Amino acid sequence: MVKIEFLGPIGKEPILLDVKNLNDVSKELNKDENISIWLEKSAVALNDMIVNSLDIELKDGDKISILPPVCGG
Amino acid sequence: MIEIYNGPLDVKEVISRWLDEINGKNWGAFIPFVGIVRKEDGIEALSFDIYEPILEKWFDDWQKKAKEKGAILKMAHSRGVVPVFTSSYISAVMSPKRRIALDLIDEFVEDFKANAPIWKYDVIDGERIYAEARSTAMNGAGLMSKKD
Repeated sequence: MVKIEFLGPIGKEPILLDVKNLNDVSKELNKDENISIWLEKSAVALNDMIVNSLDIELKDGDKISILPPVCGG
Repeated sequence: MIEIYNGPLDVKEVISRWLDEINGKNWGAFIPFVGIVRKEDGIEALSFDIYEPILEKWFDDWQKKAKEKGAILKMAHSRGVVPVFTSSYISAVMSPKRRIALDLIDEFVEDFKANAPIWKYDVIDGERIYAEARSTAMNGAGLMSKKD
């Protein structure tokens, strides 16, 4: 299982998914319209590193974070 | 190391402590940036969420970049509610040379706005509203967009 965290204003509790790679995560998350509207403008991190490809295999216990648009300061 | 505080920053304490760090080091430039919450559009405060693990990594990368130029970066940020007229963000560059410090503070603050994992909310009549229009999608955003 991998854990998906929704950061900042997305305001959704973390979920657990039984998936093999990041592409599967994307497919699962896009099934929920309340999440897919955020995905268009969100960055993705795997174990706290921003990723730029979905062709990444996942292992049990991995943490995926969805990071919506930011505004510090 | 980023300093994160609950609520507004004590600007004088933070700046004076940072200044003490370069005391006697023969460094020619100390350039602070202090962000202060403005009263506009009926807001009484701003509120912030921070995701520390990625923020620390983002800052470490910048610190390495600064070090290569012989400079040091400092940063303090608030979490939670920060009322108008108080400070939510302080950063500074310390460097032996002025030009390096001026360039770095500019690049650093710009990238901070675009890629530091911090989320801002306006507080109006006690309600917390995501400052969506003022927010920036991070580098690599849209990776999971189904349009791809």
